[in-house]
Order: sequence, then structure tokens, then C-alpha cells
Amino acid sequence: MSALTDLTIAEARAGLAAKRFSARELAAAHVEAMERAKDLNAYITPTPDKAMEMAARSDARIAAGQAGALEGIPLAIKDLFCTEGTRTTAASRILDGFVPPYESTVTSQLWRAGAVMLGKTNLDEFAMGSSNMTSAFGGAKNPWKRRGDARDLVPGGSSGGSAAAVAARIAMGATATDTGGSIRQPAAFCGVVGIKPTYGRCSRWGIVAFASSLDQAGPIARDVRDTAIMLGAMAGHDPKDSTSVPRAVPDYEAALGRGVKGLRFGIPREYRLDGMPAEIARLWEQGIAWLREAGAEPVEISLPHTKYALPTYYIVAPAEASSNLARYDGVRFGTRVAGGSIEELYENTRGAGFGAEVRRRILIGTYVLSAGYYDAYYLKAQKVRALIARDFDEAYAKCDVVLTPTAPSAAFAMGEKMDDPVSMYLNDVFTVTVNLAGLPGISLPAGLSSDGLPLGLQLIGRAFDEETLFAASHVLERAAGFSARPGA
Amino acid sequence: MSLDKATVARVATLARIKVPDADLERMAGELQGIMSWIEQLSEVDTKDVAPMSSVVGHVLSQRPDAVTDGGRADAVTSCAPERVQIGDGAFFVVPKVIE
Amino acid sequence: MIIEGKTGPWEIVIGLEVHAQVVSRAKLFSGASTAFGAEPNAQVSFVDAAFPGMLPVINRACVEQAVKTGLGLNATINEVSIFDRKNYFYPDLPAGYQISQYKQPIVGEGHLDIDLANGETKRVGIERLHLEQDAGKSIHDQHPQKTYIDLNRAGVALMEIVSKPEMRSPEEAGAYMRKMRALVRYLGTCDGNMEEGSLRCDANVSVRRPGEGLGTRCELKNINSIRFVMQAIEYEARRQVELLEEGGAIRQETRLFDSAKGVTRPMRSKEHAHDYRYFPDPDLLPLVLDRKWIEEVRANLPELPDAKKARFVSDYKLTPYDAGVLVAEKENAEFFEVVARGRKDPKLAANWVIVELFGALNRLGRDIASSPVSATQLAGLLDLIENDTISGRIAKDVFGFMVETGKDAAAIVEERGLRQVTDTGAIEGAIDNVIAENAAKVAEYRGGKQALFGWFVGQVMKSTGGKANPAAVNELLRKKLAG
Repeated sequence: MSALTDLTIAEARAGLAAKRFSARELAAAHVEAMERAKDLNAYITPTPDKAMEMAARSDARIAAGQAGALEGIPLAIKDLFCTEGTRTTAASRILDGFVPPYESTVTSQLWRAGAVMLGKTNLDEFAMGSSNMTSAFGGAKNPWKRRGDARDLVPGGSSGGSAAAVAARIAMGATATDTGGSIRQPAAFCGVVGIKPTYGRCSRWGIVAFASSLDQAGPIARDVRDTAIMLGAMAGHDPKDSTSVPRAVPDYEAALGRGVKGLRFGIPREYRLDGMPAEIARLWEQGIAWLREAGAEPVEISLPHTKYALPTYYIVAPAEASSNLARYDGVRFGTRVAGGSIEELYENTRGAGFGAEVRRRILIGTYVLSAGYYDAYYLKAQKVRALIARDFDEAYAKCDVVLTPTAPSAAFAMGEKMDDPVSMYLNDVFTVTVNLAGLPGISLPAGLSSDGLPLGLQLIGRAFDEETLFAASHVLERAAGFSARPGA
Repeated sequence: MSLDKATVARVATLARIKVPDADLERMAGELQGIMSWIEQLSEVDTKDVAPMSSVVGHVLSQRPDAVTDGGRADAVTSCAPERVQIGDGAFFVVPKVIE
Repeated sequence: MIIEGKTGPWEIVIGLEVHAQVVSRAKLFSGASTAFGAEPNAQVSFVDAAFPGMLPVINRACVEQAVKTGLGLNATINEVSIFDRKNYFYPDLPAGYQISQYKQPIVGEGHLDIDLANGETKRVGIERLHLEQDAGKSIHDQHPQKTYIDLNRAGVALMEIVSKPEMRSPEEAGAYMRKMRALVRYLGTCDGNMEEGSLRCDANVSVRRPGEGLGTRCELKNINSIRFVMQAIEYEARRQVELLEEGGAIRQETRLFDSAKGVTRPMRSKEHAHDYRYFPDPDLLPLVLDRKWIEEVRANLPELPDAKKARFVSDYKLTPYDAGVLVAEKENAEFFEVVARGRKDPKLAANWVIVELFGALNRLGRDIASSPVSATQLAGLLDLIENDTISGRIAKDVFGFMVETGKDAAAIVEERGLRQVTDTGAIEGAIDNVIAENAAKVAEYRGGKQALFGWFVGQVMKSTGGKANPAAVNELLRKKLAG
């Protein structure tokens, strides 16, 4: 049975079609594995009964010859996606008791494609964080450990639970969201693949909003093909989301075999940071060599405003979040902490319901939008953002994709970097530019650190050119031959 | 722009988040640290740069004027911590607001 | 208007901010219904209630209504406009922000020509018009310690129309509101009902010495009729003058109008000013309008009050005053035109509509839509006057019966035998009888008491049951009395 949880989505799809096993067997194997790996705290709400019901329906459809693109595939859902009838927490106390009366568009599409829900995964509260440590339900654990070191490591964030679940083989794939790197960084920390598609590619309807102009849903899975299969089912225009783009969804899986002959890949000089760990620099060089060997052409490019991306992000995201989170007030859903007056009710509910990082970001966001500061901060940040997007536009005249490391380090220990908020923010240095410019970015595991932890490489593409990302990352994946598995 | 205790208290009120007096100092320090780091943005020359107004480069699509929603007072109020049902409708309930 | 204070003259400066609820089936950013009078929270979508993950999608009809209104205000239509969030906490504002428009509204500068009592018109500048969401309703009187919230109204589209501070008297403010109300009703973009709250008015009032710069203004809220607009402004202007003459200073504040006492008083809310932290709504994109489409909308606008009034004056030869009365409500103007069509004397139609019909409707407390006498029926009555079948005097009686019974004029005239007596022989006979029976009075009249003529006319009319043709009576009576 454990072999079933080792399968990729593509392999399981073939196995189900060939009737080597049933969807129920597949689901049961995962439910069992989830139970054994409870200690990872990757799930906030496992849904084993629902998984078995959905698997039974998948078996019926398979028998009737009506299998969907993801029929019977057991997936984990980041607990930021509203799932009808199943509690949704955003890893926050303030949503205690909230059971959504509606289903997010992205998950609706997955269920229509026949996928099976294993449960809701852990995350940083309201998707604010890079370690999963800010969750009101406790941190999730990375199934990887440093060689010879028993300390628990973070899986990255905010989609830590989703990445950990996929890496630990307690989900075949998982949905996640990325606002500043929250799909790509945890994917890198956990040795799995994650893609943040172009802004507007997937619908945001029914996903708890953090920063509206930056949030995007995307898949985390064990290889490039699986993420392509999942993205194909998740993407598409949604008239209920005004920022969703009406553009056909191509066959992403078909793009995998394109190869990279003649592809120009940019190496941005500003990404060579002072103090970048040598092994990450080496991995980057290795990635360049792999692509070259496959017929692609490296190009030195400049993205001059890179160093301003993080401070820009830490104005725009908190500002939008401060407004998006105003609705959590104890009146229409979630927790309420009583107060003698309406003002007290608001202040008590929000003071008690939001964790420290969320409170910090709401205050920063409120501050930068407040009278007298709007021009100096928010307006300024939106201008710098335009410059960052322009940097990429100009770069894409000279190249077709950009290759960078995903994160400035491997996974760190739980509890590290918690004293200084800014040191935690620096985790996103390679990923935030992509959200600010609205471009697609994918991370795949490319090597191991000296103490045996996965390291990721990131490819950034032109808007709506996820196909080139899949083609190029497939080449890197084959060249890297990453087959290490977490010991935990 | 220094983030002193008074400013933090004012911002916390604007955001309707209770910050106990004992925490104001520490919070001010944390926020000040973040804001100082953000200050480097002022180095960037943004003269004549238009702020980014739309990430997707699209314009707003408009939907037809049709009633496609609502008509479910129960569903819309049943998640509320406090509600009162009246006939086929229901109210959200909060402490008395003085206008 | 100048207020003569103890220390000299003062000028009033008034700007009005009107919130007009847009006529549309669904709300501005959600598909819930805007219909009035439903059960609490029965017309609320999860988007209106700001549930997690909900997103706004704009209603094209609301956009068109705003453009129509802007065109009616002779204003610039901005082809690109932006929606901004106005952030504040209040229980009837579920998201903790209102989607509105701040720096780039859909409509820019324009003007509204208002009609003053002395027959003059004054042009009042319009600053802008923008679209925004209405809030829900807070109900405070159902429970001693609790407030109940109904979000049915939350998310309904509002047009906020801001005038330039160019009005100088309560009368001008009243005229502005009357014209604004007529305009939106003509356009069909708002039903203009101030009592029900679909048209709301806030007044910004300040005073100054003539020739000086603007004084500190106060904003007056909670005004739900045109009469109260004028009252509130009058009270506030005098309050400010008194305060300034005593050496005090005006505090810039929001004041509520207490219609029972006829005074304004400061709102009791917290003193710290709202910091709305406006920023462009990242769930929406810039609204871009097609120039050709705007011109199509312009071409399809109905005839507006000013144009209709001018046409009534030129085509029907009405006085500007009468034309103004008739065009104040589109339905009234349309009623009049049915009555006046093809008529030799349209002024007759105007008089009958304005004096008799409106008089009857006022007495019965009805509006023109539920008039007991239709336009065609009234036209029928006027036909009978114009072809001398009945006199104007009798027509008034017939009209009274039409109002009571709903029957046509011709039927009533026949049933009651009210045909005018035009037969000169019969009239002469009646006159002869009256003269014969009142020799003394005849002598008085012939002796110089000319005023008795009216009495004689009355007697002749009485003896013919009021049916004698008055013109003929006059002519013949004068001859016979002259001897």
C-alpha cells in the first residue's frame, strides 16, 4: 500500500485507467499515511470521510468511462481556499467556527475534474509569513532534517503545510497561494515543485484575500508534469473575479517535451547577493550549465530595481491586507469577543483573533495609507513597482526566461529568525519581484545542501507563458535527476 | 517619521485592533524597525513614473443588469455569532450604536 | 440673499452634495436585487456581506445611468475612471470599506440651470459625479441594548453629485434640488424620492462678508425634503452670523438637522476626523468607456426639462411660468401634451391642467398616474368648450362630475342636459323675463348703477340653469338694458 503514496499524479492517472487499483484504495492509502504522519502538523483539518466518499464517486465515474482530468487523485487544499461545508480557518483564530457556505472557483474546478479532497493544510496565518510558524494551529514541520541534526525545520511559508504534505507523501499534490513567494519558497525548502502562474491566470474568488494585486493560486506537486496537470485544471477565466483574465488555458502537459533549443535564458546580475551561500551560487551555475547543454543560450541581464522589491512589497502587501482584513470584525462570521460598545467589540475581537505578525502587517498597512503618508509610501511603492515590471519587460527583449535561485538559504530551524521581522522578510528576496510584476514563476528541486537539504532553482517567464516555464523546468528536472527523499 | 507610542496607538485605533498599553512600546520598536528598512525606497528616482494601476493590463469588464444573487437571508446570516430571525428574514446583532 | 446682521451684511455660500440611488435591477458590484421592501437581509449576496474571498464585479447598467446623468448635467464624461476604497469601520459597512471614486471620477465638471421664483434662471456649476456603494441600515429602536443590521441596501449603486459652492440663498438651494430631482426622474436614472431616501441631500453652508473669501463651512446632514433643505440652511446661516457677530469662530463640523425643532446641532460622534486612507481598489481595474458608446447614450437621451420648457413656450405659446410648472414632472408634461395636441388654443389646455386638474389631484391626494380623469378625457372636455357645446363655466361642473364618476365629458353633458343654450331667441326670452320681473333694478341700472350688470347676468344664467352662452348673454343683455 505505501507504494501507492509514492506515485506521481501522472502515474496514478495511468494506474487508475488501467484498473491496477481503485480511487478508494488510493484515498485510503493516503488517509492512513496522513494519520501516521500527524506529527508533521501539515493538516489543520483532515477530511478522511469526505475523501472516501469522493473516491467512491470517482470509481463510479471511471467505471462509466467518464473520468475527468484528475479523477480519483487525492489532493490537499491550503486552508485559505473556502471549501463548502468544511471549516476554513486561514490558520487564524478569528475565523473559528467558520464553515463556508460556498466553494472557491479553483477548488470547484478541481472537484469537477474528479479530484479527491484529503483535507485542509496548514499555513502562515492569513498567508503572511515564510515559515508557517505564524499559524494559530502551530507550525508545520518540514519532513526533511539536516544530516545528523534532530532539530525540526520549517517547511517554508506561507504554504508550508501544502509543501510538507506533498514532500511527505501524504498528498499527491496540493493547492497553494503565492503573494511574495509562498508557493515557490516552501516548494524549494521541501524539495518539491511549485508554480505561481501569471496574475489573473487562476481565479481568486473564494480564496481568503491577503494582498489582492499580488495573490495567485497555484499547485505544488512532486514533479513538473504533475504541476502542469494540476495547473491545467486550476486555471481559467472566472467572470466573478474582475482581475481574472479571459484567456484560453493551453495544454500545459503538452508543453513539457518542447525542449529548450535556441531558448535564451537571462541571468540577472542583481540576484548575485553579497553573502549568498556558496552552495546556492554553485547550484545556480550548475543550472546555467544544464540549460546550456540542452541547447539554451545564457544572457546576462540587468533588473536594476531588484533591491527595492522587498521594501516595495512590504508597503503594497500590508496596505492591501489592512483593508482586506477589515471585514474580520466579529459581526457576520467567525469569532466574536464581546464588548460594551461596537468599538470595543471590534477592538477586542481583532486584538484577540489576529496573531502578532498579522497585527504588525495590518498596522504597517494602515500607517502607510494614512493621511500624510500615502504619497511617500503607497504611491511611491506603486511607482517603484512599475519600474520593476519595466525591468522585466526590457529584459524580455533579450531573453525568454530568467533563471535564479529560489531562496537565499535552505530550510532553517523552527524558531529561528522569529526575533526580527525583517530577517524573516529577507527569505523572499528572489521571489517577490515576480509577484510585483505579475509574472509566472516556478521552483523545482535541483540539488542538496551540504547538510542534505533540498535547494531550489527558479525560472521566471513572460506573462501567460507558463508553457515555456514547463518546458525549461522539465529540462532542468531531467538534468538534475533529483531523487532524494526526506528521511522523516 | 518616527513611530512613537502615540502614533501606534492612533494607528491601532484606526485599525480597530486593541494593543494593550504595556505592548505599545515594543510594537512601536518593531514597526519602527520595519519602516526604517522600508525607507530605502526614497532613494529611487520615480519622477515621471506612473504608478502601476493594473497588473493585468486589462480594463474592467461589466456584467449585465440581472438579479442573480441574494434571496437567502438564512444562509447570509447563519454564520453570524449573533443574529435575530424575524419572519423570513434575519438581522445581524451588535451592541447598541450611538449616532 | 443677504443677511443683515448687527454689524453689517453677510452673504451665504452654499454647496450641495446629493446622493441619488441609481435605478437598476441589481446592485453596483453584486447580483443581489435592489427592490425596496424585502425581508431583512433577503437581498444580500455573500459579496455584499463581505464574506471571505468575495469579489466585486461592476454592473453595466449602473455605469450607463451615471453617464446619462452626467450628460444631463452637461458634464465631461471621463473615459477612464478609477474605483477607490474609502476605509472606515461601521456595522452597516460590512467590508470595513466602501467602494467609491476619489481622484478620478466617472463624470467631471458640468452645470445645472435652476429656475428661480422671479422667473430668472441661474447656472450652478457641478464639480463632479461619481459612483459608489450605499451602506446597509442600522436599526436602533428594536432593542434597548442592541442595534440590528440589515444589509439589503448595502451595495446599491449611488451617484454622488457635488455642486460648486455657487448658491447664495435657501431659495436657490431649493430650486437646485427641485431641478436635480426633475432631471434624474426625466432621465430615469433615479426615482428622486427624498422621503424614502433614494435622493439625499447634504448641505455645506458658510457665511462671509460680501467680497471676502470663503468662511469656515459646516456640513448639514439628515435632511429628507426640499422644504427642510431650505429651512436647515436658513437656520444654519443665521446661527453662523450670530456666532461671528458675537466674536466667536465657526468650528468646521458635521451637524444634523432636527426637523421637529427646526435647528441644527453637532453630531455626537467622536471628534477625531475620519482618516479614510483612500487607495485604488485592487480587486477592480480602471473603468474605460468607449467614446462612440458615450455618444450613442447622448443621442438616446430623452427630452430634458429645459428643452421641453423651451419647446412648450415656442410651440404652444405658453408663458415661461406655465411651461415651467408643467415640465416640473415629466408625467405632467406628457399629460399636458396629450391634452394640447392639435388644439387651436393650447393655453386653454395649460390652464385646465394647471388649475383644474392639479387642483383636483391635490384635493384627492393623488398623483397624475392615478388621475381619475385621463388626458384623453380632459381633451374631450376641452373639445366641447372649443366647439361651443358647453360654456367654460359649465365645463367646470362637468369636470367635477368627471372626477367623481370617471365618465367622459360628452356622456355627462348628455345625461345631465348641460348643453349650452346658444339659441339667441331663447336667450332673449330669458333676458326679457328677468327685465320684466325686476323693473326696479332695471331703473337703478339705467340710472347709473353699472355694477348691477353682473347681477343681471347672474339672474339670466340662473334662469337658464347656467347653460346660456355667456358671451351671447353679455351682448344681448347689454343691448336690452341699454333700452
